[in-house]
Amino acid sequence: MNLVNFKHDTDADGILTLVWDMPGKPMNVLDQSLMNELDAIVDHVIADAAIKGVVLTSGKDAFCAGADLTMMEGAGKEFAAAVKARGQEAAMKEFMAQAGAGSRVFRRIETCGKPWAAAINGVALGGGFEITLACHYRVIADNAKAQVGLPEVKVGLFPGAGGTQRIPRLMATPDALQFLFKGESWKPAKAKQMNLVHEVAPEGEIVARAKAWIKGGGKAVAPWDEKNFKMPSGKIFSPIGMMVWPPANAIYRKETYDNYPAVKAILKCVYEGLQLPIDQALTVETRYFAQIMRSKEAAAMIRSLFLSMGELNKGARRPKSEPKTTLKKIGVIGAGFMGAGIAYVTAMAGAEVVLVDRDQAAADKGKAHSDALISARVAKGRATAEQKEALLARITPTADYGDLKGCDLVVEAVFEDRGVKAETTKKAQAVLGADIVFASNTSTLPITSLATEAQKPENFIGIHFFSPVDKMMLVEIIMGERTGDKALATALDFVRLIKKTPIVVNDTRGFFANRCVGRYVAEGHLMLMEGVPPAMIENVARMAGMPVGPLSLNDEVAIDLSWKIVQATKKDLGEQAVDPAQEKLIKTMVVDHERFGRKNGKGFYDYPQGGKKKLWPGLSTLAGKALDPDTIDVEELKQRFLVVQAVEAARTMAEGVVTDPREADVGSILGFGFAPFTGGAISYIDFMGTKAFVELCDRLTAKYGDRFVPPALLRDMAKTGETFYAKFAPKKAA
Amino acid sequence: MADAFIYDAVRTPRGRGKSDGSLHEVSTLQLAAGALRALKDRNELDTKLVDDVILGCVDTVGESGSDIARVSALVAGYGNHVPGVQINRFCASGLDAVNFASAQVMSGQHDMAIGGGVESMSRVGMGSEGGAWPVDPSAAIPTYFMPQGVSADLIATKYGFSRDDVDAYAIESQKRAAQSWKEGRFAKTVTPVRDINGVTILDHDEHMRPDANMQSLASLKPSFIMMGEQGGFDAVAIQRYPEVEAINHVHHAGNSSGIVDGAAALLIGSAEAGQKSGLKPRARIKAFCNIGSEPAIMLTGPVDVTKKLLAKTGMSINDIDLFEVNEAFASVVLRFLQAFDVDPAKVNPCGGAIAMGHPLGATGAMLVSTALDELERTGKQTALITLCIGAGMGTATIIERV
Repeated sequence: MNLVNFKHDTDADGILTLVWDMPGKPMNVLDQSLMNELDAIVDHVIADAAIKGVVLTSGKDAFCAGADLTMMEGAGKEFAAAVKARGQEAAMKEFMAQAGAGSRVFRRIETCGKPWAAAINGVALGGGFEITLACHYRVIADNAKAQVGLPEVKVGLFPGAGGTQRIPRLMATPDALQFLFKGESWKPAKAKQMNLVHEVAPEGEIVARAKAWIKGGGKAVAPWDEKNFKMPSGKIFSPIGMMVWPPANAIYRKETYDNYPAVKAILKCVYEGLQLPIDQALTVETRYFAQIMRSKEAAAMIRSLFLSMGELNKGARRPKSEPKTTLKKIGVIGAGFMGAGIAYVTAMAGAEVVLVDRDQAAADKGKAHSDALISARVAKGRATAEQKEALLARITPTADYGDLKGCDLVVEAVFEDRGVKAETTKKAQAVLGADIVFASNTSTLPITSLATEAQKPENFIGIHFFSPVDKMMLVEIIMGERTGDKALATALDFVRLIKKTPIVVNDTRGFFANRCVGRYVAEGHLMLMEGVPPAMIENVARMAGMPVGPLSLNDEVAIDLSWKIVQATKKDLGEQAVDPAQEKLIKTMVVDHERFGRKNGKGFYDYPQGGKKKLWPGLSTLAGKALDPDTIDVEELKQRFLVVQAVEAARTMAEGVVTDPREADVGSILGFGFAPFTGGAISYIDFMGTKAFVELCDRLTAKYGDRFVPPALLRDMAKTGETFYAKFAPKKAA
Repeated sequence: MADAFIYDAVRTPRGRGKSDGSLHEVSTLQLAAGALRALKDRNELDTKLVDDVILGCVDTVGESGSDIARVSALVAGYGNHVPGVQINRFCASGLDAVNFASAQVMSGQHDMAIGGGVESMSRVGMGSEGGAWPVDPSAAIPTYFMPQGVSADLIATKYGFSRDDVDAYAIESQKRAAQSWKEGRFAKTVTPVRDINGVTILDHDEHMRPDANMQSLASLKPSFIMMGEQGGFDAVAIQRYPEVEAINHVHHAGNSSGIVDGAAALLIGSAEAGQKSGLKPRARIKAFCNIGSEPAIMLTGPVDVTKKLLAKTGMSINDIDLFEVNEAFASVVLRFLQAFDVDPAKVNPCGGAIAMGHPLGATGAMLVSTALDELERTGKQTALITLCIGAGMGTATIIERV
């Protein structure tokens, strides 16, 4: 055999060992060339009487991380083109053949009549795990990196190469559904316990063990091809089935709000497939896979959550001319909640941190935050006592700016006051000089004007973290008018160091994320004043795909802060910048009722001691009117929540605040949880179609006001149906 | 169109639907055949005149499967020529059986037919038939399936009925049922279940708790909290009715219909068929209809179908003297009272399924007999019988005395 993707060798016992090792690729992936080669291998194995069995292992560090997602992202578009060329039915048949290619060749492995054993040496994910499920025996290496899983749902797909059929034939249905729903990866011990692998062995022995199984008479028949095979949970229409399925359907909705068609397809595949013999079951799976591959949710999620996020993480926006920086020691000035969080994530990334505050006690308190966070990890078994010691040793709390000496970057997170910030900049530069890159973690003050306090404004930049810093994955990098490439490159290198995702935005009031999310919260306020029942506002927001209702979110951020922002907005932008209904609501809450949010136990919700929060009953009287819920158009409420944010995101692009749609999309999902299944605030528009979106904006403007008016740019784009991703086509990362 | 008249009605007593219930030893077949036999014997019915036997039965597996109506008619001695058909519209099956029999007569195709129903809930468990709706994701997800108990709690939450409201209603049902039995209001209809030697096995409804009070009911834990919270159904309810912040679980065994065994049968015929048999009509089937209602909240069908039937007949709610609204759950009846603002005294005056039980396939037929007996006792004219139904439906029938 002449093979490209595999090294191979047949031993004296007639066992063919295939070492999967795709040339020129860091990882093994499933693509068309691989399928073709596997097909030929199976033919050969069947034909060659000397071959008694096959061991499949990998020559890479990982076994295989799955299919090539770049290929899958364009599936819907390719299909549309094929329909145009060859008609619906012919195109669909072709597409299904393509979608089922992996499943078919895996099934050929399973039924070829000779035993196959997989020796899993490292990570086996997605299709890379499904191929082993089609082998008759699985040995996994007992090492730290090995794990198996089917993470496809995380990008809007599902395991379509037998995963939805073989998994529930290996374990009880509730366990199988949970494994498939969550897309979790399991380590060897858990995989063995859950019947996903047959044997766990030291890495050096896995191939030998696999061979031993074959030599010991390993059967070339999958359990489900045995005549007397029984499903682990029995028949669906049985007392056990009645306990499993109705709650499974309910929990799907509870977890997804029915926004994730791939997860629903898993349920359908398992339900329908478990009532069929395996071959027909695999056909059912392929049908659903072909449907989900063409879904806009899959295309949107693959693009934003996998491709774009990966590109941004790898520095898509980094000026290539700038040499790589070394960031070994970072100064963090201001040891409050934000500064303490920044110190923690920086030290976690292995860098030294000098944590400066007015006095030693304040600086120590900031370090204590790291102690608390890492101690919690130790308690949960996620970190060791040694790791904790080392982490804390990297943080030096001090009141002396002189200790900043030797820092490669300074991040300032002091009080949001121009005077305080200016003084900080001066003191730091007095120690470090004018060439140090100085970053301000401000959320409200313009970077351009703060930069004037720096000796070299080109070295001044904004790095805007979200709270809580250790959990929120997004960082906004703010370019002042004079910020230079060195500052940008340094800031991006820093964000990469701490393993967060950066978006680069130009200096403007509220930057990107806070502008959009502010619209979201305001829409909730306005609905409340229209007389929409408060619970409906909160529930429908989550049904639209948002992680937290606008009233809950406002309670977390604090309503008195909203009141300050309302006043500042009016002062800066004029009276018309704030909706009087919103202003009245916030004023009533803060001034009349002293309801500031969770922080004083009274906000849009009441927070009883030790009990669950409950909407404040007084809310219904604030509007002065109550709509009959049966007359409210829930779909329109959902649209309002998403459109009001998306149109703001479109404005940021029209204004040049955000220049790359990938950043708006990824930023909207990571920064404020914009409905992930849409691919983000800009993809939401693109997938709806700019024309349809503008029409929707016009309709909402007529009913609810000017906040829905689309920018002129979008109106122009709508004329030709141009998308943001076409107009602002991002340069692909090298 | 011919008129359809009710000539007679019988029902068995309702036995507690558990293995210690008196009717547990009586098969579904013997329950149904017993009711049919009683109807035949006490009317000295010439079964040659009977064109069809229609029986409602909801869970039709094992002994209740494969057309229990035909087998029951054969065993009851109706003769080979009397056919039978079993129907299933869940909780309204018994009423629909009466309506189907009436429709056969009204259309002129049949002269005399029997409508009734049977359910041995102690022997054939509720839900044992299975079914796609709750199970198949293609059906359950888009229709927001939830178990009836959660739907009943959702009705209470959405329409504002407190735990005290539903408990107070349940106590009233118990009081009315006890009073009715004391006064012998069901004597005309209830026919005891006897063994092969003619010895009585049960002659009264044994599910009743006449001594129930607010305090004793308050000690009962809500039945559907676990299902709602851990089974995910509260979330389903809230996504369908997002104006609701949290489901108020108020229903329990004491304010929901009882699980019981029982059977019922009504003799329906044209005027001519009655004359031929020498029988006197007791009431006329004035009108009936069915409707589909929102399936998730499921149990609001009585309101929708009553509106439809009133519109169809040109009647107003005030034209009805007496209502039988099946007490599947207390909130179902409270919602009916709220929607039509009718005098509670006119609704279920003899108690209902909370006190006496709800043998699924038979209840609808039993309610017709209860309404008829009560109209005769009080000298009133018109009654409306309605039931809520699984998967979101409603059936209603108006009868009037002749």
